Amino acid sequence: MTEGPLLEFRDVAIAYATRGGEVPVIPGLSFRMDAGEAMGLVGESGCGKSTVALSIVRYLGRAGRLVRGRILFEGRDLATLDAAELRAVRGRRIAMVYQDPMASLNPVMTVGRQLMEVPMIHEGVGAAAAHDRAIEMLREVKLADPDAVMTRYPHQLSGGQQQRIVIAMALIAEPALLVMDEPTTGLDVTVEAAVLDLVRELRRRRRTAILFISHNLGTVVRVCDRIGVMYRGELVEEGSVRQIFTDPRHPYTRGLLDCLPALGRDKRHAPLVPIPGQLEPALARPPGCGFAARCVHVDRARCTSAPIPLRPRDGARGHRVACVRAAELAPWTRRRADATAAADGAGASDPVISTRHLGKLYHPRAGLFGAGRAPVRALRDVDVVAGRGQTLAIVGESGCGKSTLAKVLAGIEVATEGHVVLDGAEIGGLGVDRRSRALRRKLQMVFQNPESTLNPSHTVGYAIGRALRRLRDGAPADPSAGVARLLEIVKLAPELARRKPRQLSGGEKQRVAIARALAGDPDVIVADEPVSALDVSVQATIVNLLAELQAARGTTLVFISHDLAVVRYLADHVAVMYLGAVVEFGRVASVFAPPYHPYTEALLSAVPVPDPDRQYARILLEGSVPRASEALRGCPFASRCPRKVGAVCDDTPPPVHRLAGDHRIACHIPAGELATLQTGLVEPQRQER
Amino acid sequence: MSAPATAEVLSVSPPAMSRRRARDLWRGVARVGESRPATVGVLIILFWLAVAALAPLLAPYPPNASDLAALAHPTPSRAHWLGTDHLGRDLLSRLAWGARPVLVIAPLAVLGATALGCLLGLAAGYHRRWIDLVLTRACDIVLSFPVIILYMIILTHFGSSAWNIVGVLTLTKAPIIARIVRGLTLELREREYVAAAKMRGESALYIMLVEILPNARGPLLVDMCLRTGYNIIIIGVLGFLGIGLPPPDPDWGGMVKDTYGMMSVWPHMALVPCAAISSLVIGFNLLAVGLRELGLRD
Repeated sequence: MTEGPLLEFRDVAIAYATRGGEVPVIPGLSFRMDAGEAMGLVGESGCGKSTVALSIVRYLGRAGRLVRGRILFEGRDLATLDAAELRAVRGRRIAMVYQDPMASLNPVMTVGRQLMEVPMIHEGVGAAAAHDRAIEMLREVKLADPDAVMTRYPHQLSGGQQQRIVIAMALIAEPALLVMDEPTTGLDVTVEAAVLDLVRELRRRRRTAILFISHNLGTVVRVCDRIGVMYRGELVEEGSVRQIFTDPRHPYTRGLLDCLPALGRDKRHAPLVPIPGQLEPALARPPGCGFAARCVHVDRARCTSAPIPLRPRDGARGHRVACVRAAELAPWTRRRADATAAADGAGASDPVISTRHLGKLYHPRAGLFGAGRAPVRALRDVDVVAGRGQTLAIVGESGCGKSTLAKVLAGIEVATEGHVVLDGAEIGGLGVDRRSRALRRKLQMVFQNPESTLNPSHTVGYAIGRALRRLRDGAPADPSAGVARLLEIVKLAPELARRKPRQLSGGEKQRVAIARALAGDPDVIVADEPVSALDVSVQATIVNLLAELQAARGTTLVFISHDLAVVRYLADHVAVMYLGAVVEFGRVASVFAPPYHPYTEALLSAVPVPDPDRQYARILLEGSVPRASEALRGCPFASRCPRKVGAVCDDTPPPVHRLAGDHRIACHIPAGELATLQTGLVEPQRQER
Repeated sequence: MSAPATAEVLSVSPPAMSRRRARDLWRGVARVGESRPATVGVLIILFWLAVAALAPLLAPYPPNASDLAALAHPTPSRAHWLGTDHLGRDLLSRLAWGARPVLVIAPLAVLGATALGCLLGLAAGYHRRWIDLVLTRACDIVLSFPVIILYMIILTHFGSSAWNIVGVLTLTKAPIIARIVRGLTLELREREYVAAAKMRGESALYIMLVEILPNARGPLLVDMCLRTGYNIIIIGVLGFLGIGLPPPDPDWGGMVKDTYGMMSVWPHMALVPCAAISSLVIGFNLLAVGLRELGLRD
């Protein structure tokens, strides 16, 4: 090993050439990483963290340019390497793992060949030896049956398995540095937990240094020793995980911590505190602190006059902060939910929307020779109910049927069995095109993807104005007043009406989508993962907005999500779904306390906890969600259940235990027994105090 | 589709917005300057548009007037800058007048084909099922015909006129556009904003024309430019085959047909109109390349 740091950024400045001129994305960045160290880089989208990752392997593209400074790796300046040397460093000494595993894998090559290629090309190893190495590596990333996996193509594997393969490919050359750019962002909570565990374990075993990039402090804490917080291309705070989490000194770091939903928080007792404002484009860089415009502790005279360097803190080794007021700020305390006050949501209110024995069966189209594939059971016997002015959350992994349920409620899909009742009227069999205007007005939807929820060809004003005209009676010919009012409700400036979606940030788009859904003043809003594509800090503002709107207007919310922390925060009732069936339903406090359904238990144990001191038993689910076949007879969760009793689980549908309130669990294990088995895993935040 | 629905679709732009829209449009046009191929292409096209528009001023002679004195030496001279053809007609004048029919017929046929193709493609891609099946098969049938033979049959049967050429080009090109639009529609109809429009109870016509079609305009615009170039070639071929615009009015393809027999003696007679056709096609192709480049940049 060389002396000194493994990776060092020395006053690096990077700019991108755009139509509007050169944009300084990274104005000047210095940090170092030692061999074997795991460092996290955290910040909102657009803060330049991915640019840092790309600059290490010189993948900035044609528009990007290293303006100043040096990036040293093992003591060598990466900018001076020629093509052959660079190739030797990439892949062999430095490996990268990106967010989308499918984009890193070659779809026409078997996974095995792709793995074997790495040592064969980089080290000139023979095919047989490479094969052995690949098998060994697959074992190390904990893929069951490595021999079979070797012969698969990427599309035959699940997202979590693909990401494991990418990690295996990155590690097979035994690099000194592994750069991971949002490696778990697209994955389900359960899969994310497993991948993070794997990374941590591999690191301990192999002593590979890791640069882990994420927008979520909750994930970084599980892997890293040290964290750097980035804002507008600059490090604003750097320190050990403990320093950052127990004594954050930069207001931005505090903001990031405050907007993390945690299992112990809910909308009534510990509202999330979003960071005001939004990340501004890097074009106009004010003198002084880049965060000043959004900072609650700002002192204009001192913060905005001169550049603020990253200074070491007295008495805290390795802790550096770029804030003139760092020493003055009061000690930080995480806002916690008050355990005793965490009463059950509002009492039972009259149901607005409910389902009875709701089922949805998809018939895949028959092939050329008539032999169609087996039908898919997307929903089986779903009974849920949402009270007026309350939030019903639907949770589960991808493929559990929660989005199908949302679509059936909204009428985009039509149920094949059972009933949906909205305000006493049956709508289960009614596609949206057959619903009356009054009915359409009562129920509107907010979609998942901020990039596709608004028509890129239309202005915000047109999108909302059109909804007003279609959904509100006697809307005036010029809807601009109504548009402005709706924009105000979702806390956007009325000028935004003239913008096109591409001129908006993800959070703004999602607010416009909410304004559009509110146009007809609906009784029920179905929100399908409205915040899952957003940064944690933006997520907090949207979640708060939804909670506020609900409190002010008495809107009923059906909230689909895979994020249990957000669900805990926002929901009054929760339905946990697996393979199209509701396995557990009840008030949020009873679902999040034992007894749990074994699936709920596994989901809860996977939730990342933004606290470096917490370690608790984790239940890892084997395999992935199976195909929802019609032939299933027993419990849908039987194939992956860690608490499986025996053959009865496979053969007999589980009985439904009805517990206090309307809490119900569908499981072969009696509720009392579940409760005693599960006492170890209590709501983590609550257990503390 | 009911009549009120159509009226509603057509009244989507309140007059208050028209000025801003015009400004946006101008901004879009001005962006062409950011791409070098597009700029060169536009300059070539503008050159020929100017030539066609100013033909009466530019052309030194009437296009069909023979200068018998020049027949002995038809090569370029001071009197005839580009020379004359085998009948002593001034090539420069014929070239300028001949730019007119090409620059009217080719874009007109593209507009026709695009309009028809968009309707077919939107209907097939949005409704799917049997409408899709019928429309795609119908398009396949048209596309499976050898086009030149089709042109010969239709134009000899109905007679050759500018309108008939526009009609024939529209009919034979529409299926290609339909196929492109259908593909784009299949993808765009799954977007969440389409679901949102359904949630408001919008008609299928509204969704197709207002929600889907505007988002297909990028690839469509590129294709329209390419297609204009191809149409110019086909008009030239039709003229060459003698089923183009009726003589004696100048037509670039016809000019080549009349004189290609004299290639070995007086090559300029055929090469001048050939160069005109090529340059105009290249102009449209460059514009298409540039537009694609600009589209990718967004």
